[in-house]
Amino acid sequence: MIVLAAVAVLLPFAAAFIGMIFGHTISHLLTPLARRLRRAAPGASAGRARGLARRLPANGPALVAVLPIAASTVLTAVIAVAQWQDPKARTGTLTLVQTGGVPFGVGLDVDGLSAVVALMVCCVALAVQIYSVAYMRDDPRYSSYAAFISLFTAAMLLVVLSGDLLVLYVGWEVMGVCSYFLIGHYWHDRATSRAAVKAFLVTRLGDVGFLFGIFVLGMGAHSFNLRTVLAHAPTMSHTTIVAGTLLLLCGVAGKSAQFPLHTWLPDAMAGPTPVSALIHAATMVAAGIYVVARLYPAFLSAPDSLAVLGVIAAISMLGAALAALAQEDLKRVLAYSTISQLAYMAGGLAVGTRDGALFHLLAHGAFKALLFLGAGCVIVAVGSTMLGAMGGLRIAMPVTFWSMTAGFAALAGLPPASGFFSKDTILSQAWHTAQRQGEGSAAVAQQAHGIPAWTGWLVLIVGLVTATVTAAYATRTWLVAFFGERRSPANVREAPGLMRWPVAALAVPALVLGFLGLGSDHLRPEPGMAVVSLLFVLAGGGGVFLVWNRDPAQDPVRLLGPVRPLLLDGFRVDAVYGVLVVRPVLALARLVVRADERVVDAAVEGTGRGARGLGGVLRRTENGNPQTYISGVLAGVVIIVLAVVVLT
Amino acid sequence: MHLIYPVVIAALLFSVGVYGVLARRNAILVLMSVELMLNAVNLNLVVFDMRWADRLHGGQVLTLFVIVLAAAEVGLGLALVLLIYRNRRTVDVDRLRTLGEHEQEGARQ
Repeated sequence: MIVLAAVAVLLPFAAAFIGMIFGHTISHLLTPLARRLRRAAPGASAGRARGLARRLPANGPALVAVLPIAASTVLTAVIAVAQWQDPKARTGTLTLVQTGGVPFGVGLDVDGLSAVVALMVCCVALAVQIYSVAYMRDDPRYSSYAAFISLFTAAMLLVVLSGDLLVLYVGWEVMGVCSYFLIGHYWHDRATSRAAVKAFLVTRLGDVGFLFGIFVLGMGAHSFNLRTVLAHAPTMSHTTIVAGTLLLLCGVAGKSAQFPLHTWLPDAMAGPTPVSALIHAATMVAAGIYVVARLYPAFLSAPDSLAVLGVIAAISMLGAALAALAQEDLKRVLAYSTISQLAYMAGGLAVGTRDGALFHLLAHGAFKALLFLGAGCVIVAVGSTMLGAMGGLRIAMPVTFWSMTAGFAALAGLPPASGFFSKDTILSQAWHTAQRQGEGSAAVAQQAHGIPAWTGWLVLIVGLVTATVTAAYATRTWLVAFFGERRSPANVREAPGLMRWPVAALAVPALVLGFLGLGSDHLRPEPGMAVVSLLFVLAGGGGVFLVWNRDPAQDPVRLLGPVRPLLLDGFRVDAVYGVLVVRPVLALARLVVRADERVVDAAVEGTGRGARGLGGVLRRTENGNPQTYISGVLAGVVIIVLAVVVLT
Repeated sequence: MHLIYPVVIAALLFSVGVYGVLARRNAILVLMSVELMLNAVNLNLVVFDMRWADRLHGGQVLTLFVIVLAAAEVGLGLALVLLIYRNRRTVDVDRLRTLGEHEQEGARQ
């Protein structure tokens, strides 16, 4: 089992390196084969066969990218099934690295949680890789792009399956650097490279806290092993556990784009759309939530940290949803909705439902990957990311339209789709925490123990309001993009099959994943809360529909009026950071540069200049005339003799 | 004979040599001045050898050594001067400033 998990992690990792180094070599090797295939298939359905033979077998990087991920998907599916049939933790350690202090083990740890998340990661990554083959077909750097996606997936799988905090951190950091490379794929564009640097720096800021959180917990437990740390968590001192979990939350906020550190995510839209799908659905942002879920017993020992998480979640949830409402760029709508949905998960964790949060993570992984890949189809067809350029795409792109309808329904939380069930679980748990009663199962009540009731109220109320806003922006985006007048060029066509089918395939889990929750006590929706949240959702979606219906040519968001620019800028958080952080840092940097030039450099150059000057003085005597030298010698001798005579 | 005469003569000889070495511009005369200085030393060696009545006559032996060395030195020195003259058509030590930093300017002046 552990071997399977290790192979699942290593396959994309190897694929990344092979693709990076030998991608084009493989293409060259395969070209004769492709030619033969083309010759061999002159008969039936010649056009398609030829097209396939021309594209696929000769595309080495694509093969290297897709096949290992597919194998990893199969492996993780096997692991997940085995875990489902026989739920117990399976651990394996390759080696224990002695560090002189607390040793750490290179090992994997598979339990139900990690198995199911790993499967989700692989499925989304596979969909993204297949989609990218078509989406990035004409990109000259497709090879490195696909390799980085493989590396990204491998890093995320390492985070998911790792059995040791430091190994987890390795995966965590590799993801950070991969996100930098992928967001900055179009680096020749200034804005893109700046967005990549921003994403890297902001997540890095959180990662510093994360690393120190790992140290605090690891030192507290005298081990970095995940299970040992969790076993020691209840016995650690209050300070240790609160400090450790709060520091971990820094990293979580950075990676999962929660309130103080969320600003990188909307800018990260500068990267290619499949990368956004991967980052938003499966890998990067899910990692933060996943780590909290993985270390959940430690967080339960520190209810204060969970309360902080709840506050962060509430701010991010509502703020990002409001910002999403006003965006004009389809990808930025989805980016803000990601922040908002991740905040739902964080809120779920804050009120004590790990399973609910993970349920939402899986559902979100499915529908957000779907939405982003669908958005990619739309963007390719329309040639612009602006919502203003879309409209009336329903007829031209039926597959994309229906798939994205399912995605938007899941995002808004409409009943048959997955988002409804998962969101409802979180809200129900928030209600229980607010009430502090064990209405649900004993496990739920026991889990919620110690979390302050106000956290429950906060998450519940903000969650319900956010549900309204979410429904509003989902409806608005859906209506503006697919209904109304056509504002796009007339020759809009459905995306190619390699892009269309992953989107359609992802629509299935986005729709039906919610029903899996019916089998579990924690995850079954409670009728009361379901009705209430549905009312809120209908209020939001219906309101927007009514506004739109009055004048379908116009964007319903115009009703926001004067608030709209503020929301469009995401509450001007970037401007605030610009004043509070960026400018002081730049001023400090300039000061350092000046100090370097004026003090350090000046000292060094001054020493050199002084030595030269002194040498110049001595050089005067060396005029090449030996008689002068001898005169000097004689004068020296006379002086010495005189000194000896006088002094003795 | 009082010791003062040969010592004064030796001192005078040495001074003449020093003056010649420092002031003459002709390299051959500089060599000759060196010889004067050596012979002043020789004179001193012989005089003090007699004065102290050294049984081994170390002073006189040393004088013989110095004479031999001086002969060799003059041979070598004259050979150098000859070569310099052949190359540069001059034996003026003031103009032989190749070792100086501003050899070009020195040569031009």
